[in-house]
Amino acid sequence: MVKLAEWRGKEIFRKYGVPLPKGHVVRSPSEVAAALQSAGIPLPCVVKAQVLAGGRGKGGAVRFASTVAEAEAATQAILGLEFKGEVVREVLLEEKLPIAKELYVSLTLDRSRRLPLAMASAQGGVEVETVDESAIVRVHVDPFPGLLGYQKRQLIAALGVTGPVARSVDSLLDLLWKIFEEEDAELVEINPLAVVGDRVVALDAKVIIEDDASFRHPEFADVKDDRTPLEEIAREKEIAFVQLDGNIGVIANGAGLTMATLDVLAEFGGKPGVFLDLGGTDDPKKVTEAFLLMAQAKPKAVFLNIFGGVTRCDTVATGLVEAMRQVPPDAKFPLVARIRGNNEAEGVAILRAAGVTSLSDLKESVQAVVAAAGGPA
Amino acid sequence: MSVLVDAETKVLVQGITGHQGTVHTRNMRAFGAQVVAGATPGKGGQSVEGVPVFNSVEEAVRNTGANATCIFVPAPFAKDAFLESVDAGIRLAVIVTEHIPFHDMLTMYHYGRSKGARIIGPNCPGIAAPGKSKVGIIPNVVFRPGRVGVVSRSGTLTYEIVNGIKERGLGQSTCLGLGGDPVVGTSFVDALPLFEKDPDTDLVVLVGEIGGTAEEDAAEFIGHHFTKPVVAYVAGRSAPPGKRMGHAGAIIARGKGTAESKLTALQAVGAHVAKFPYEIPALVEQYLPKPSGR
Repeated sequence: MVKLAEWRGKEIFRKYGVPLPKGHVVRSPSEVAAALQSAGIPLPCVVKAQVLAGGRGKGGAVRFASTVAEAEAATQAILGLEFKGEVVREVLLEEKLPIAKELYVSLTLDRSRRLPLAMASAQGGVEVETVDESAIVRVHVDPFPGLLGYQKRQLIAALGVTGPVARSVDSLLDLLWKIFEEEDAELVEINPLAVVGDRVVALDAKVIIEDDASFRHPEFADVKDDRTPLEEIAREKEIAFVQLDGNIGVIANGAGLTMATLDVLAEFGGKPGVFLDLGGTDDPKKVTEAFLLMAQAKPKAVFLNIFGGVTRCDTVATGLVEAMRQVPPDAKFPLVARIRGNNEAEGVAILRAAGVTSLSDLKESVQAVVAAAGGPA
Repeated sequence: MSVLVDAETKVLVQGITGHQGTVHTRNMRAFGAQVVAGATPGKGGQSVEGVPVFNSVEEAVRNTGANATCIFVPAPFAKDAFLESVDAGIRLAVIVTEHIPFHDMLTMYHYGRSKGARIIGPNCPGIAAPGKSKVGIIPNVVFRPGRVGVVSRSGTLTYEIVNGIKERGLGQSTCLGLGGDPVVGTSFVDALPLFEKDPDTDLVVLVGEIGGTAEEDAAEFIGHHFTKPVVAYVAGRSAPPGKRMGHAGAIIARGKGTAESKLTALQAVGAHVAKFPYEIPALVEQYLPKPSGR
């Protein structure tokens, strides 16, 4: 998930012509005066922390300023602030508009219908999860004809707007559909969409670009997600690596097997600390990289659960022994291995010869690794 | 009988000249599948594992009568590869490729459906019917012909479970690995009717995972339309919300897609729920209808 900060989402909106307040992003109070001037932002203005978490208004991450000095002070106060685990590094300065009404619109994917889903509600400005189901209109959009006129009329009716405001929403919906498709978005959400005079203006922008489409969108390559530094390194190496809050590392191949392993671990009192999915790889270099990453996460013990179908167990075992050798002495961890499948006996023999605990029963292996990590939590 | 494929299925491999395509062509043939052609643009005239390679799917179909395709083409080109197969008249595609953007999948799914073409996958292990055919990458060693159907969103976990069934002395009719992406061509709800109709399947093992509502939808279907016993397992019970667990689809978001909700729904319609994968073989043995004294 490439979650874009509000200002980056709005840059996309601007490119497509979505009506926006005048705004400018700054990274230091010293940039404020020039930013207000160059973007033509009138005072009073809004000073908004650029973090991905919601609830910024109530959390003090959105402030108002009536003078340049106040805008500088607010920027100073917000930068460096920790908001729901994110440190504020960017601030968006924006024109303060006279808002008549706050609405909600979004486009996302309905997985079970395999169709894009447009949603609209007259109750904008609050978290959509808290809005009553009956106040949200949902319209499924077929990707071939795209968003149709009658569907836009349904959405507009849900918003309760008429006349020029309705016409402004109509063209906005066309733009959102275009953004959703052309930018490979998972989510395009405007909340609130404000009625200002006889038109609507996007006061916020939540845009998530799909990871798998990143080959078509090099422009987002620098966007940091809410990953930990180790998760970031793993991503570059194309290893699925998720940090959790326990002390046992789990290495498996395949997402389902990894999750099933975590479930068994939890049942026997183990606390998973890292989830590492090797995927379909049998490349010994990748196994070694995975082990070195695992070592950096400092687990108390590691459980390796591999089903070698195409991969041969003896190949995996040889790679493992080599990888263990490369882990620095101060980062060594006890390893319990369970490798099943092709050439299983040969693989187990290689591991045992190298002093690795190698079991074939899942329950027993899990109990062994929990014990190695200091017993059930 | 089996599900979707049988001994007569003529398999085309798109992307046969790549490493994966070559390895799995060999494995499919060793399993007994009739792999009749490969297609890689610009590589026509070559042969891989004794299988002739054509420049286009149309040419491959015209020369060999291929009627199913296994796609290994890299993600940026997978949409084109699949649409080419549909336009060449192929109506069953197993897409092994991972990381296909879901916007591409939306186009592929709806275009395919408009022409009557079915997709298994993407990012999936595919189909295997022991003693008959295989289109995909499920390891040959885990199978043994039998009467248990397996339908799963996982990869290696499926292999482990299928292997467990074999080690219990039982066998499988057809195993369908549907893939764990947000948009899949065939979901549980699409797959279950095939097993219901298949005279060679007496019981179905359903292997789900967290994220989405595919298991809840399956439960709804089972409650109304499925008459054979079901053994179900859902992976990811201990996964924390908001963390994507390897599969793009495996994420608990906004309180939806939890293992709890899936297991409750499946249990409510009479599925026999395994708490852990190693409990599955015993449940299968317990609920598999015994052959009548025919």
